[in-house]
Amino acid sequence: MSALQRNPGTHLDFDWLDSIQVNRSAIERRCATLPKRRSVKKEWQAAWLLRAVTLMDLTTLSGDDTPGKVRRLCAKARQPIRQDLLERLGVADKRITTGAVCVYHALVPEAVRDLDGTGIPVAAVSAGFPAGLTPLEQRLDEIRASVAAGAQEIDVVIRRQLALTHDWKTLYEELSAMRQACGDAHMKTILATGELGTLRNVAMASWVAMMAGSDFIKTSTGKEPVNATLPVGLVMVRAIRQYREKTGHWVGFKPAGGIRKAKQALAWLVLMKEELGDRYLQPDLFRFGASSLLADIERQLEHFVTGRYAAHHHHPMA
Amino acid sequence: MANRKTRKRKTTKAAKATKAAKAIAKKRTTAPAKNRQGARKRRASAPATKAGRLPAKRLEAAKTARTQRPTVAEIFETMEYGPAPESDALANEWLDRHGREFGHYIGGGWVAAKEHFDVRDPARLIDLARVGQGTAEDVDAAVEAAERAQPGWEALGGHGRARFLYAIARHIQKHHRLLAVLESIDNGKPIRESRDIDVPLVARHFYHHAGWAQLMEDELADFAPLGVVGQIIPWNFPLLMLAWKIAPALAMGNCVVLKPAEYTPLTALLFAEICEEIGLPPGVVNIVTGDGRTGAAIVEHPRIAKIAFTGSTGVGRIIREATAGTGKTLSLELGGKSPFIVFDDADLDSVVEGVVDAIWFNQGQVCCAGSRILAQESIADKLLTKLRERMEKLRIGPPLDKAVDMGAIVAPVQLDQIRALVQQGADEGATLWQPSWSCPAEGLFYPPTLLSDVAPASTVAQVEIFGPVVVFMTFRTPSEAVQLANNTRYGLAASVWSENVNLCLDIAPKIKAGTIWVNCTNVFDAASGFGGYRESGYGREGGKEGLYEYCKPRWLAQAKARKTRAPKAATKKSIGKAPPAAVELIDRTPKLYIGGRQRRPDGGYSLVVQDAWGRRLGEVGRGNRKDVRDAVEAAHQARGWGAGTAHLRAQVLYYLAENLAARRDEMVTRLHLMLGSDDAARQEVDLSLDRLFTYAAWADKYDGLVHATPFRNVTVAMNEAIGAMGIVCPDEAPLLALISTVAPAIAMGNSVVVVPSERHPLAATDFYQVLETSDVPGGVVNIVTGLRDELVPTLAGHDDLEQLWYFGPESGCAEVERLSVGNMKRTWCHYGPPRDWTDRVQGAGREFLRQATHVKNIWIPYGE
Repeated sequence: MSALQRNPGTHLDFDWLDSIQVNRSAIERRCATLPKRRSVKKEWQAAWLLRAVTLMDLTTLSGDDTPGKVRRLCAKARQPIRQDLLERLGVADKRITTGAVCVYHALVPEAVRDLDGTGIPVAAVSAGFPAGLTPLEQRLDEIRASVAAGAQEIDVVIRRQLALTHDWKTLYEELSAMRQACGDAHMKTILATGELGTLRNVAMASWVAMMAGSDFIKTSTGKEPVNATLPVGLVMVRAIRQYREKTGHWVGFKPAGGIRKAKQALAWLVLMKEELGDRYLQPDLFRFGASSLLADIERQLEHFVTGRYAAHHHHPMA
Repeated sequence: MANRKTRKRKTTKAAKATKAAKAIAKKRTTAPAKNRQGARKRRASAPATKAGRLPAKRLEAAKTARTQRPTVAEIFETMEYGPAPESDALANEWLDRHGREFGHYIGGGWVAAKEHFDVRDPARLIDLARVGQGTAEDVDAAVEAAERAQPGWEALGGHGRARFLYAIARHIQKHHRLLAVLESIDNGKPIRESRDIDVPLVARHFYHHAGWAQLMEDELADFAPLGVVGQIIPWNFPLLMLAWKIAPALAMGNCVVLKPAEYTPLTALLFAEICEEIGLPPGVVNIVTGDGRTGAAIVEHPRIAKIAFTGSTGVGRIIREATAGTGKTLSLELGGKSPFIVFDDADLDSVVEGVVDAIWFNQGQVCCAGSRILAQESIADKLLTKLRERMEKLRIGPPLDKAVDMGAIVAPVQLDQIRALVQQGADEGATLWQPSWSCPAEGLFYPPTLLSDVAPASTVAQVEIFGPVVVFMTFRTPSEAVQLANNTRYGLAASVWSENVNLCLDIAPKIKAGTIWVNCTNVFDAASGFGGYRESGYGREGGKEGLYEYCKPRWLAQAKARKTRAPKAATKKSIGKAPPAAVELIDRTPKLYIGGRQRRPDGGYSLVVQDAWGRRLGEVGRGNRKDVRDAVEAAHQARGWGAGTAHLRAQVLYYLAENLAARRDEMVTRLHLMLGSDDAARQEVDLSLDRLFTYAAWADKYDGLVHATPFRNVTVAMNEAIGAMGIVCPDEAPLLALISTVAPAIAMGNSVVVVPSERHPLAATDFYQVLETSDVPGGVVNIVTGLRDELVPTLAGHDDLEQLWYFGPESGCAEVERLSVGNMKRTWCHYGPPRDWTDRVQGAGREFLRQATHVKNIWIPYGE
């Protein structure tokens, strides 16, 4: 796996935005059939689920988060699967950890401390998360503060209003400013697709976010009424593919919110493999935002190893 | 057309097969593979899998090779797909339970077959079972059982039949997986398709038609069942085609004799078991397996009222010829070369998935497969690139693998045909593209194939390949897209892709095809009628429109049952005292009426016409084949008539009535001389006025339907004009029958070539003067007088006439139907007691409107 050059962004290309076509019914049909066209079983399923673990941004984004809670989360990120299971799966030497830990700014120092030396990056949600309605300067300051606190990834939100009114110029400018504020940290731009109204808006917002230099585009904050759905994901990954065809730049993808079951994770992996290729099954280009998904994956893996259905309490909690 | 079946037969003796039988055996059009010696542009990368059995040893070796599985750690790095096999254990158990040998299901029980043939799994090349080769005696026994059962089945009533159809639907669901697995091993289609598409649609079809059985007495109160129906189905959707055939037939009170395709009879046999399981009365459903000879025995059986066939156009033709003149009704669902039209504002990534669904569904062995991509030039290259990338991602392999997109081709003969046609396409200059990966070495597999640089003149752009092969052409404008789309002898389906709803809804009615999918493709539902235009056949399956294929007007059923003759408009008895013979002040020369002009007949001959008392009444032109040709041409020139509004057509029909009324007395005088009765003459004119009003009224009221299909879309069933059609009038009721046939035809937007009553043609030539004064555009009604038997063959054999109504003597029906095969035109021939044209039910109404229209289903998914 070669290290990729970051997406530097492009100018805001209105012609391209105008040419975007998204047919919702056809998108939904593709999403309804895709998981049924590909099935991974047995060893393949176990391996794919292990890969899913490494692509996970293990997340806690609650008002009652405390350092203690984050410590538990980070411990789980370091050792997401029970050692005995890893051994029996023959992957004990693979250093299986989650892709990142994702927290609010206030918890960044704790997470950074807990993950020191593990290579697991800390991601901070920022820029007025989840609504994005604080003044731009404050949002930029928040980003800078999180980067200063050691966050290597910044999950920013867009102002939905700008997408809903098609004020792409302002959106582009705000995101460009955020990207600058991120510095060396990677910027994951949350589109909050559940609040954008149409798939066409999702596609357009994806393009603007990429043109503004996002390293990742991400579906949701997890706080919208509808979060990561396959149709929204398909629209976004197709935008990523076209952006790459047009500019040569790689942009990552992160669905977040509502992904709770191993089976859902497999469907997302299939979507990535089919629409974007195997390179997009690596943590530098694909992440799940999830909190309870890991518990289901652990149980599925234990079932594969033992042939018995697993109990929740047999797996350490985060 | 020889029967080149390559499946090995163990015990079938070479029976003396008729020509028809041989051809029916061959289920799909085989295009001649010419020019094979031409320089190959690029060799097809398909692995050459010789038809034949894989030795058991090699099979074992292959199995062991497959058991060397990669470790979890390895897969964790490669992230490859692995095998995801569906077990066929229970399907095998079912086959074993039957000793892997089947007879026929006749009269509610299993009847041993005298001869058997092997049914093979096309992916693993193993024999699955031996099934019976149905003989003429088997078919006869099945027909007899059906005949015995039918009165009781009909008498059961709608609700009684609905209960059984409902039970079938439920049991299809209960045996869902077994049916799916059996279908996949028999046919080679991926388990995803049989499990997620075929079998659910089968259950849905029975549910839906349980409903129609329940509602028949209300919604089709004036209709009666046909009796015993013979049904012959293809191998590409074995169980689904069975459902499409059996469900409506049973709902309407018929009993059936069905022959599944010889490649794929197994799910039909399991279905027979389901019929037993639910206690379906014996004889209601009879399944006779066999090849084309069995099919021929069904087609030729004298006590079968109707043949429903799905298969190739070639075999459809043979069936049409074989049944010509027998009075059997036909519904034929035949071949296709359906266009897949992509406009520059389409969502191209979704278009690519549409192509996958269009041509790589069921290995392209789909009669309505979108096999001709027509792409707007501005996006053609972009689309080609996307398609090629997508094709790399397709997976082909064992049909029972839950992670494959494509399975096996059904039989070696089909595979050979695909190879030959692709080669021919390449030889003719097409650019051939196939994915870099290779197909499984064993089994009958063929890779997805894209032929670009294809022109309409290329063979592969014209013939049905019936495999995973799509051709790619370009167009410049919407109107050119329509021209290219319609530049085919077929007319089964079309797919239109654009984000502009104005454009889609403009294009959809212009394409000559029974189903138009807007921004989708290959979607089906029991509530929507499916069927063709042109040489893709006639009749609809599904929806209310499909029910009429399985019932007939009650008056006709009753008249036939009574074997009494309906009253004629005038009989010898009613001929009264002769009025003075007609004496013209100035000699009149009635001419032909073509393209809105009075024209002398091409041949320059006239025929003397007599009145009811045998006196000379006048002369009419003796039209010939050139006059017919000119009339058909004129009818085509008048296509603006159908494109105009229904309100305008209504106005013209009212105006016709107005002008006919103005000449009422003159007409009555003439008709009195023709019919020999003043009363009959008055009645005839008055009823003619009534008819004109009737169809003026109907013109803007014969509405289509919006079908309730189960996903987010509008499925519009439009009643569309057929186009240029011929009408051959009966001798009786010279004015009334003329108007009773012409008026509904033109009310629906058709243009007509009429051969009026041979005995009383002056009623028609007098009428054209009314036409001339009533704003009927030239060419909408063309009248060719002359000898019926001279004119009819030209009409019936005219390949640019899309429908022919024939109300001449029953003895003429055979020729009409036989000659119709040139372009598979729809025919409506009247069998049985003559129609009473004065009767409102027999002489007017929806039956005429239905015959004057095609039902086109347009699927329009929506949602932003």
